Amino acid sequence: MRLPTLWPALLAALLPAVSAFAQPADEASSTPPSRGWFDQGKLLATGGVSQVEGAGGGGLGAWALITGYGSDHGAGVNGHYTTVLLPDYRLDTLGAAVGLFDRLELSYAWQQFDTQKVGAALGLGQGFKFHQNIFGAKLRLVGDAVYDQDRWLPQISVGLQHKENDRGAVIAAVGGKGAVGTDYYIAASKLFLAQSLLVNATMRFTKANQLGILGFGGGKHDAYSPQLEASLAYLFARDFAVGVEGRTKPSNLAIAKEQDAYDVFAAWFPCKNFSITAAYADLGNIVIKDHQRGAYLSLQAGL
Amino acid sequence: MKKLIIVALLGFSTPALADDALFADMGGQPGIDRLVDASVDAYLSDPRIKAIFDESNLDRVRAEFKVQFCQVAGGPCVYAGHDMAAAHKGLHLTNADFNAVVEDLQGAMDKVGVGFTTQNRFLARLAPMQRQVVTK
Repeated sequence: MRLPTLWPALLAALLPAVSAFAQPADEASSTPPSRGWFDQGKLLATGGVSQVEGAGGGGLGAWALITGYGSDHGAGVNGHYTTVLLPDYRLDTLGAAVGLFDRLELSYAWQQFDTQKVGAALGLGQGFKFHQNIFGAKLRLVGDAVYDQDRWLPQISVGLQHKENDRGAVIAAVGGKGAVGTDYYIAASKLFLAQSLLVNATMRFTKANQLGILGFGGGKHDAYSPQLEASLAYLFARDFAVGVEGRTKPSNLAIAKEQDAYDVFAAWFPCKNFSITAAYADLGNIVIKDHQRGAYLSLQAGL
Repeated sequence: MKKLIIVALLGFSTPALADDALFADMGGQPGIDRLVDASVDAYLSDPRIKAIFDESNLDRVRAEFKVQFCQVAGGPCVYAGHDMAAAHKGLHLTNADFNAVVEDLQGAMDKVGVGFTTQNRFLARLAPMQRQVVTK
């Protein structure tokens, strides 16, 4: 794995903004956080779960919520493992994320996409695998998804996901224009508490083919396009939510028509240190195989 | 007859008692009283927040909460106590404190039998108070 050169610049750009937000304007208190850094000061489930590229979100889409349970005076860290078992492919993701001051989120995810028998059919070899490193950052700009129950303004965050794929030669062979790409997004999340509903909408600007697993850009289209991620979750209990998600994707490659993705999910939060999300996902066509529908399972553990 | 129709129309156009539906769903004043007693007990036994009440006259706190919760739930009460900002001034409360109170209140609502969706309707009305309560 190549060491990311992105972080120093990113941190330098974001930290002044974060410290400005994190400093209470009217209080010159020098007392340390009374609950320690990992204060678990947010309400259950309000950090979301870990989406497929490692950001705090649902399963497919990134949300405006900052991951973890650190309050605006603390931090939250978590790790996650996600697997998507499709008829002809398998996607595994391992990742870690930190939420700082309920303001900034930094995430890393490693993805492995196993082509199983399709790899042999395409001449890549049985079980040929693509890997991706995904470095993410998200900054909360305005609003509070939970407290602002008397306002329409949602919580709004902006983020990016920088993706580095290890199969540049194969990506070039299928017509992809690059093995490295960066997605940018703006996300809005709002809890309609009186209705027990959480609503999320995210606009992502991306060139990624199949999340970046097949590289970035292609013969049909080689420019950023805006794509929508939307989800609706109903809270059946404080620790249990059921919802639906949709995510549009560009179709850049000439060799296959990429389709939008959908899922229905259930998430259980037995405590603030652990969550489990199960879903049935429809990822549509992936290269030569249609109807890639299957089980999605994600575990998150954190402080 | 004409009068009757007008009265009937008015009856439809102003959903009478809709505003105190939540108050009713929370068990009226007896339910609110039980909730306040259970929630104050929870605050006082929660090491995260019990110090907030160190200087408080607890009988008065309970009495004020009972009137305030009644009003917030749409019941026939008028809360004339301190406004939220004044009541919490100088306490230097954080979001983590506020959320600890919410968690204890949720536990108290479970305890006195307020259903989850009713809890959320009530919490939705309390949530914006975060802006006055949290000063740190």
